[in-house]
Amino acid sequence: MKSRSLQAAFAAALFTTFAHAAMADITIGVTLSATGPAASLGIPEKNTIELLPASIGSEKIKWIVLDDGSDTTRAVTNARKLISEDKVDVVIGSTVTPNSLAMVDVVAEAETPMISMAASARIVDPTNPKTKWVFKVPQNDSLMADAIAVHMKANGVKTLGYIGFNDAYGESWLAEIKRSAQTAGIKVVADEKYNRNDASVTGQVLKLVAANPDAILIGASGTPAATPQKELVARRYKGKIYQTHGVANPDFLRVCGADCNGTLLPIGPMLVYEQLPDSNPIKKVAGDYITKYEAKYGKDSRTTFGGHAWDPFMLLSKAVPEALKKAKPGTREFRAALRDALETTTVVGTHGVFVMTPQDHNGLDNRARVMIRIDNGKWVLAK
Amino acid sequence: MDLSIAAFLTQDGVTNGAIYALLALALVLVFTVTRIIWIPSGEFVAYATLTLAGLQLGKPPGTIGLLVGVAIVAAAVETIATARRGEWRRLPRRLAAWLGIPLAVAAIVWWAAPLALPLAVQVALTLAAVTTLGPLLYRIVYQPIADASVLVLLIVSVALHFALTGLGLWFFGAEGSRTPAFTDASFQTGQLTFSAQALLVVAASAILIGALYLFFGRMLYGKALRATAVNRIGARLVGISPSFAGALTFALASLLCAFCGVLIGPITTVYYDSGFLISLKGFVGAIIGGLVSYPLAAAGAVLVGLLEAFSSFWASAFKEVIVFTVIIPVLLWRSLTTHHHEEDE
Amino acid sequence: MLVFVVALLAVPIVAPPFWVTLGNYIGLYSIVALGLVLLTGVAGQTSFGQAAFVGLGAYTTAYLTTRYGASPWLTLPVGLALTLVVALGLGFITLRMQGHYLPLATIAWGISLYFLFGNLEWLGGHTGMTGIPSLSLAGFDLKDERHFYVLIWGITLAALWATRNLLDSRPGRALRALKGGLEMAEAFGVNGARLKIIAFVYAALLACISGWLYAHLQRFINPTPFDLRQGIEYLFMAVVGGAGSVWGAIIGATLITVLKQMLQDVLPGILGRAGNFEIVVFGVLMILLLQFARNGVWPFVARLLPRRRPAPVPDAPPLPTRERTHDATRPLLEVKGARKAFGGLVAVNDLTFDIRNGEILGLIGPNGAGKSTTFALISGALPLTAGAILFRGESIGSHEPYKIARLGIGRTFQHVRLLPQMSVLDNVALGAYLRGTAGVARSALRLDRDEEARTRAVAAAQIARVGLGEHTFDDAGSLPLGKQRIVEIARALAADPSLLLLDEPAAGLRYLEKQALADLLRSLQREGMTILLVEHDMEFVMGLTDRLIVMDFGEKLAEGPPEAIQRDPLVVEAYLGGVA
Repeated sequence: MKSRSLQAAFAAALFTTFAHAAMADITIGVTLSATGPAASLGIPEKNTIELLPASIGSEKIKWIVLDDGSDTTRAVTNARKLISEDKVDVVIGSTVTPNSLAMVDVVAEAETPMISMAASARIVDPTNPKTKWVFKVPQNDSLMADAIAVHMKANGVKTLGYIGFNDAYGESWLAEIKRSAQTAGIKVVADEKYNRNDASVTGQVLKLVAANPDAILIGASGTPAATPQKELVARRYKGKIYQTHGVANPDFLRVCGADCNGTLLPIGPMLVYEQLPDSNPIKKVAGDYITKYEAKYGKDSRTTFGGHAWDPFMLLSKAVPEALKKAKPGTREFRAALRDALETTTVVGTHGVFVMTPQDHNGLDNRARVMIRIDNGKWVLAK
Repeated sequence: MDLSIAAFLTQDGVTNGAIYALLALALVLVFTVTRIIWIPSGEFVAYATLTLAGLQLGKPPGTIGLLVGVAIVAAAVETIATARRGEWRRLPRRLAAWLGIPLAVAAIVWWAAPLALPLAVQVALTLAAVTTLGPLLYRIVYQPIADASVLVLLIVSVALHFALTGLGLWFFGAEGSRTPAFTDASFQTGQLTFSAQALLVVAASAILIGALYLFFGRMLYGKALRATAVNRIGARLVGISPSFAGALTFALASLLCAFCGVLIGPITTVYYDSGFLISLKGFVGAIIGGLVSYPLAAAGAVLVGLLEAFSSFWASAFKEVIVFTVIIPVLLWRSLTTHHHEEDE
Repeated sequence: MLVFVVALLAVPIVAPPFWVTLGNYIGLYSIVALGLVLLTGVAGQTSFGQAAFVGLGAYTTAYLTTRYGASPWLTLPVGLALTLVVALGLGFITLRMQGHYLPLATIAWGISLYFLFGNLEWLGGHTGMTGIPSLSLAGFDLKDERHFYVLIWGITLAALWATRNLLDSRPGRALRALKGGLEMAEAFGVNGARLKIIAFVYAALLACISGWLYAHLQRFINPTPFDLRQGIEYLFMAVVGGAGSVWGAIIGATLITVLKQMLQDVLPGILGRAGNFEIVVFGVLMILLLQFARNGVWPFVARLLPRRRPAPVPDAPPLPTRERTHDATRPLLEVKGARKAFGGLVAVNDLTFDIRNGEILGLIGPNGAGKSTTFALISGALPLTAGAILFRGESIGSHEPYKIARLGIGRTFQHVRLLPQMSVLDNVALGAYLRGTAGVARSALRLDRDEEARTRAVAAAQIARVGLGEHTFDDAGSLPLGKQRIVEIARALAADPSLLLLDEPAAGLRYLEKQALADLLRSLQREGMTILLVEHDMEFVMGLTDRLIVMDFGEKLAEGPPEAIQRDPLVVEAYLGGVA
C-alpha cells in the first residue's frame, strides 16, 4: 500500500513536472491575419482577443495568438504548430476563407475542433468527416446576400450591377448575390472586378454606369470599398448603392465621407446595438463587448470583425464546461467532447443567436442581420 | 465605347501614368547613379500621402519617429566611420548634417501637427520629412555595400521594402487614407469633363521632368551625378564623392516620390502597402526607358497607365494579366533595339 | 554531405513533430532555390517568377486529381510536360532580353499567371481547390507528415546531386562562362542563348516538382502561395544562402524559414503584442546580414569546413585531336580586300595579306590604324562589309565566333577574360568546350565522367605546356597579370587550334614576363603553331616575329621582315611623324 502510494505520488510529481501547462489548463490557439491584405479584418480581431478573459469558470486559459499574414501556407503552418507543439484544445481561425479552407484538413487529421472567423459557407458545408470538426461564427455570405436581395425587391429594383474584389471575398459575394438575385427575380447585368490597391476604377465604373442598373452592389471590405463608391458618385450614378458587411469599420466612413450618404448594407446587429430594442438579447451581449472594446481602443472604434473574435469565446464558454464533464483538457477525448458540445450549443453572441446543430455548424438565422443605412457618417438602422 | 468614355479612360490613364512616371523617374535616377533598383520607392510615396493625412487629422505622423530613429543610427555610423579615419575635426559638421537636420525637421513637424495649418504648409512639411528620410536610409543601408553587385543591392532593397512596409502598418494602421484635393474644380468642353486635379498632376509631372532635365544638363551637381553614373572611379578621381552623390540622388528621388504621394492622395485611397504596386508600375516604365532614358521612362509609364485604364474597362477581372502580358513584347522590342553593353559583375 | 544526410534522417525520428512540418517546407523551398542557384547564381539571369512555375505544377495536379480522379503519380509527368512547354515559350521570349529587361519580364509573367490562376473558375478561383488526395506508394498512404518528409527530402537530395553534377561538368563550365561575358563564352563555342534557356527550363522543372509536392502535402491550394511576393522570397533565399553554390539554396531556405518562425515566437515577448514587428525585424536582419556577407552565408560555412583537396588530374587518354590536313601551297589564312565600314567611317580599307603556315606574323601600326578591327574581323566578332577572309581556303568572313573556333582558330583577349573564382584548370578546360559533347542530361546524371576526365587531362597538359603546372589548382584571379595572359593562351590551346590570334598579349607585362611569353610563343611555333600577333610593343615584336604587317588609316602600309620594316621610311614617318 505504502509503496504503491509512493509510486503514485512519484508518478504524479513526474507527471506534473514534465507536463505541459496545458495539461491542467485549457489552451486556445488563434491564427489570424494581422498583416497582409486582410489586416483591416485581422487587427480588430487581435485587439478583441486581447480583451477576452483568462479563464472559463475555474479553468485557466492559455491563449496563443499567431499571425499568418493572410497567407495560406503560413496559416497551415501555424495550425500545425498550435496542434503539435502547443497542444491546443481548440483552434480559432483564420480570418479569411482560403486560409480556413486550408486548415480544415489539418484540424480534421488532428481531431481538434476549429472555429473560423471567415465568411464563406464552404468552410463548414457540406457536412463530412472533415468539416465535422469545423465551425464558423460569421454570418454566411448567403444570409447577407439574401437580406440585400429582399431589400432590393421590396424597393422595386429590377437590374443589378456588381463590382467586387478580385479575390476570394469578392468571388464568393458575386456567386451569392447572383443566386439571391435570381431567387428574387433580379437580373445581374454587369459585373466588374478590381484590386484592393488599385489607383483608380474609372474603367470599371464607366462600364457599370453605361449598363445603368437600378442598383449596384460593391463586394469589397474595408476602406478599398470606398473607391468605387466615390467614383460612382463622381460619375453621377443615380441608383441605389449597396455595400457588404465587410465595410463595417470607422475608417470606411472616414474615407468615404459624404459620398456614402444613403448607402445601404446588411450588417450584424452589434454595430448598431444602441438602436436595437431592449427586448433583443443580442443588444446586451453586443453592448458588453463594444463597451469594453471602445474603452480600450477609442470611441467609435467598433468593427464587426472584432465581434467575430468575441463570438467563438461565447461558444466556448458554454461548450467547455460540458466537455470538462467528460474529459480533461489536453487530451484527445477532451477535444472530441468539446467538438460534440460545440455542435449542440445555443448561445447569444454579438452577431446573433447561435443555434449549432450537427448539420449546421454556423447556427445563425435572420436575427443575425439587419439592414442599415449610412447617414452623415453614422450607421443607422434602415426601415 | 463612345468618345466620352474613351476620353475619360484616356484622362484616367494619363493621370495614373503621370504618377507612375514620377516614380519611373525616381527609379531611373537612383539606378543610373547608384545601380540600386530602388523598390522601396513605393513606400516613400505611401508614407508621404499617409503623413499628410495624419497632419490633416492633427496627429503627429509616425514618420517623424522613424526619422529620429534613423537619424540616430546614421549619426552613430558616421561617428564610427569618422573615428576610424581619425577625422575628428570633421565630426561636428557631419553630425550637424546627419543628426541636426533630421531632428530639426522632426521637431518642426511634431510641433506643427496639432495646429491646423494651411494645406500648402502641411504639404511642405510632408515633403521635408519624407525627403530627409531618403539620404539617411542610403547612408545606413546602402553606402556600406555601395559597390556590391546589382543583384545583392536588389535583394537589400527588397529587405528594406519589407521593413518599411511593416513599419508603415504600425505607424498608419491597416486602413487607408485620402488627402484633400488642391482644387475641386473641373472643366467641361463639349461632352468631355476634365478634373483640375488630374490636370494638375500631369502638369506637375511635366514640370518635374523638365526640371530634372535642366538639372542634369545644366547644373554642376547634376553633371556630377551623371559622371558618377558613368564611371564611379573616374568621378572620385576628379573630386566627386560617391557617397555624396548617392545621398544627393536619394534626396532627389525621395523628393520625387514625396511629390508623387502628395499628388496621388486626393485621387485615390492610399494604404500602407499601396506603394509596392505603384512602384512596380513605375518600374515597368523605367525599364521601358532602359533604365537610362527619362523621356522614354515617362512614356513607358504613361503607356502602362493607359493600358490599365482601358483593360479595366474591357475585362476588369483580367486587367493585371493584360497589362503585364502586353508589357512583355514591349520589353522584347526595347531589348532588341537597345545597344547592350556587357556589364562586368 | 554524409553528416547532412544523417542529420536530416534524424529529424523525423527524434525531433518534435513541428520540426518535421518546418522541414517539409524547407525541403520544398530548397528545391525551387536550387533551380535559382543555377539560373540566377551561376548563369546570372535574375528571375522573380519561379513561384508561377510552382503554381503550374500545383494546379496541374490539383485539377487532374480532383476533376478526373487521376493518380498523382501520373499528374507529375503531365505537370512537367506542361511546365516544359510554358518555360520554353517564355524562355524564348524573355531570355532574348538582356540586362534589366529580364527580371521585369519574370515579374510580368509571375503576376500574369497569378491572376490567371485566380480568375479561372475551373481552377477554383481565388477561393482555391480543396480535396486534393494525398500520395500513396504501392498502397501505402503517405498522409503522415513524416512519410512526406522522407519523400520531399529524397527528391531534394536528388535535385541537389543532379545540380551539383551539372555545375561540375562541361555545361556547368559553360554556364559559368556566361557570367564572364557573352563574347568570351561564344569565342569558345558556347551557344549562350541555348544554354540560358536550358538553365531556365531546368529551374522551371524543379519548381514544378516542388508545386506538385506542395499540392499533395497540403491537399488544398489557392493562388496566394504562387504570387510575386513568394517569387521574391525564393530569390531572397537563394541570394542570402549564397547563390553561387547548391548548398546556398538549402542554407537560404533553412535560414529564412527558421528565422521567421523564431521571430514569431520571440518577438511578442520582447516587443509586446501591440504590433506586428516580425517583418520589420526580419527586413533589418537581412539588411545587416547582406552588409556583412555579400555573397551569402555559404562562403562563411565553407571556410569552416575542411577544404576538399582538388581531385588530381586523371590519367586519361586525350580527347580526339583536330585533323590537320594542310595544303602546303596555300597560306593558312588569307585576307583578301577586307573592308569594314561603320557608317561613313572606314576602319579597314581594302586590306590584303596572308599568314603562312608555321609563321609568327605581327600586325602593328599607330593608334587608330585599324588593327583591333582587323582582329575582330578575323575572329568573327565583327562581320565584313566587303572582301573575303579565307581559312584553309574556306571563307569565314561572315561566320560567327563559335564557328570560327570550331574550324581551328583560337584567340586571347585584350583585357583578360578569365573567370577569377574558378581554378586555372577549369578556366583552361573551358577552352576544350568544342571538343566535348556532354550535354545537360548526361552531366546531371553523372554519366560524363569519362569525357570529363579526358577534358581535364587535356587542360592539364596545356597548362604544363605553357609552363604553369604549379598553378593548376589555384584560383585564376589570384595570379599576376602576366601569368593570367598565359593562362588565356593555354585556354586557347586547349581547343587544339591551328592558328592562334593574340590580342596585345604583352600589354601590361613586366620585362621578365614578356621574356617568358616570347619564349612560350617561340616554343609553340617550334611545335608547328601559326600565330598572328597584334601588338604595340616594338621591342617585343621585333625580336619575335618572322614577318610584320604595318597598318595605318585602315590600310596596309608596309609588309616584310622586321629588319626591313624598321628601316622603311613610310613606317618611320607614320610612327614618328618624320625622318628619325
